[in-house]
Amino acid sequence: MNDQVLFWIFAILAGGGAIGVVILQDIVRMAFSLIISLGSTAGLFFLLDADFVAATQLLVYVGGTLVLLIFGVMLTASGPFRRIQMSSGETFVGAAVGLLFFSMIAFTVIDVEWETLKGSHSPVTAAATDETGSTSRAIGLRLVGIAADTEVGIHKDRGEKTGYLLPFEIVSVHLLVVLVGAAYLARAKRQETSEATGGDA
Amino acid sequence: MTPTLADTATTIQSILQGWSISESLAMFLAAVIHVALVAGFFGLPAGIFIWAERKISGRIQDRLGPTRVGGKFGWLQAIADGGKLIQKEDLVPEDADGPLFRVAPYVVVVSSLAALMFLPFSDGWIAISLDIGLYLMLAVMSLEVIGVILAGYASGSKWALFGGMREAAQMVSYEIPMSICVVIPIITAGSLNLNEIGGLQSGHLGNWIIFHDPFSFLAFFVYFVCATASCKRAPFDLAEAESELVAGFLTEYSGFRWSFFFLAEYASMFTVCGIAVLLFLGGWHTGIPGLDGILDGPRYGSDAYVWTWLTNALGFGVFFGKASVLVCVQIWVRWTLPRLRIDQVMMTCLKYLVPISCVLFLGAVIWPLALSFSGKTTIWGTPTGERAAPTMRLESISSPADQSPTASTSNGETGP
Amino acid sequence: MDASLTNYLLIGAVMFVCGVVCMATKRNGIAVLMGVELVLNGANVNFVAFSRHTSLGLDGQIVSLFVIVLAAAEAAVALAIALNFYNNYQTIDIDRGDKLQG
Repeated sequence: MNDQVLFWIFAILAGGGAIGVVILQDIVRMAFSLIISLGSTAGLFFLLDADFVAATQLLVYVGGTLVLLIFGVMLTASGPFRRIQMSSGETFVGAAVGLLFFSMIAFTVIDVEWETLKGSHSPVTAAATDETGSTSRAIGLRLVGIAADTEVGIHKDRGEKTGYLLPFEIVSVHLLVVLVGAAYLARAKRQETSEATGGDA
Repeated sequence: MTPTLADTATTIQSILQGWSISESLAMFLAAVIHVALVAGFFGLPAGIFIWAERKISGRIQDRLGPTRVGGKFGWLQAIADGGKLIQKEDLVPEDADGPLFRVAPYVVVVSSLAALMFLPFSDGWIAISLDIGLYLMLAVMSLEVIGVILAGYASGSKWALFGGMREAAQMVSYEIPMSICVVIPIITAGSLNLNEIGGLQSGHLGNWIIFHDPFSFLAFFVYFVCATASCKRAPFDLAEAESELVAGFLTEYSGFRWSFFFLAEYASMFTVCGIAVLLFLGGWHTGIPGLDGILDGPRYGSDAYVWTWLTNALGFGVFFGKASVLVCVQIWVRWTLPRLRIDQVMMTCLKYLVPISCVLFLGAVIWPLALSFSGKTTIWGTPTGERAAPTMRLESISSPADQSPTASTSNGETGP
Repeated sequence: MDASLTNYLLIGAVMFVCGVVCMATKRNGIAVLMGVELVLNGANVNFVAFSRHTSLGLDGQIVSLFVIVLAAAEAAVALAIALNFYNNYQTIDIDRGDKLQG
């Protein structure tokens, strides 16, 4: 019962925050609404027994990415750009297309018999977690290619040990490239402005 | 093992057997008790350290500090301060973004309070014991910056905006070396569970992770600098630099909301110092060989309940004492060192602390490898604590059994 | 109704659709970025929900971890671009960045 109450609280906050991002016009309020949405998504992850993903969501997404985003908002949202209004026609079309799109997805989701996907297996992550109820160890093992959930999963059919070490390394190199790229973009901007002011003078 | 929420629920259920309460109600009651305890612990250090800050700063500046409220030493000064602040008017400036301005202090105080849930005050005295406790704790603590930025932006004042922007840049930057320094004790201990890391350091001083190898010794100081910066304490308090920004993001706040920011600041000072104590300074262990052995020994006997409770209370005292010493060092630093400039703050982090912490991280990874080649297990003797022997993963990292390089470097994730 | 897979998928759908609408209608560059974050997050909800309720196992959680990390990378680059745009055009309204139109 507790889980259900918590689910509905987090679900309403997550969905409401997402709708708030679309409806609100003030960019700072939008950012706050996004924080609520992503933060309560972390709560949903906790309910789904994915505590490591939830903690990562809080640490990287809410604590890192969104702070960066708000930083961008504060640097650019001066005066007139804080609210950029849409015309009422755009709003109407956007709402209509969005509703149509959502109803399409919703009908699909409700129509599909998801129970068949489950097969005869018990919920997997519950089996994969150790006695402390944490998935961190299982995820760590999974990264190096040891599936802690082989007895219930589709990995048995594959037979191979497919770890995620290579993708992990690729992602880390990718992050490094992004770091250099973002620093370069920020730097190029400063040179350009100094050149521009030099040209004006 | 560790009496966490579910155990408290069953205890309550067994105590209140006459009333035959349901499981969910017992769970709810347990949650209420835990929240009350954590909230008490949240207020307690804040109150003590507000008094300590005033007293120590007074002494450092050759003043007396508070002397009137609550006797000769002004013990009750924090309560008097709180009473004064509650009575003040709750102002919202006309230019401010009302709802965001009002909600920002709550964001700060809630994230700062929530971090205490994952902090073990003594062996098993922890609200939520998780395998990823430390990770989640850092995640929750990183949410504090959002409240500060919102406060800065919603105030509708340029001083507050500058303060909020500086705070955003500073906290996001200092999170990087701080996280890397936190990883060093984790790879030494082979666990993210704070309770487990604390329990590993029983025995003697050599078992404290700070003395485990030279890299973790240095990592402690780097961590402490970063922790000071992440609490916005001087000399890194550029977000509220009163000589240039009036009061930074606090400029427009008054009364109760203002006091929330300070409550959160002192509580998070205690939290980061508590993490430092748990990760580097032996947690709730005294470091005296005989004493730790006696205290740990009969803990898990059949009817050792009272004894366990007493040793836990003692452990709490030790833990709180160590953390308080660290907080006092932060206060001492604040009233001694001059404030840095904002560019110096950023340079300290990105040009010095990040490379230093990366080197320390590499060194800490290589250290057990080097030790295993030289044929020793640790630089110190074997642990003397009774409980240390079976769970002492500090030793098993580089035990002679697995001298292969892969076994000693990948101690973090394996260990079935 | 219980908190079954369908409910989680519907929440994911709400976030996804809101993100798409946000990307399509907002004219503030950073608001478009927020839409992207919402879309990725809606996908993440689906991944984790499938990982819990079907026999996919932990793969879903690991994929969602990758998505979170890549979203952080994407936000960093996109913000740098947005700030460059703001510096060059003195506005964040992306409808004004139409120089390539000729």
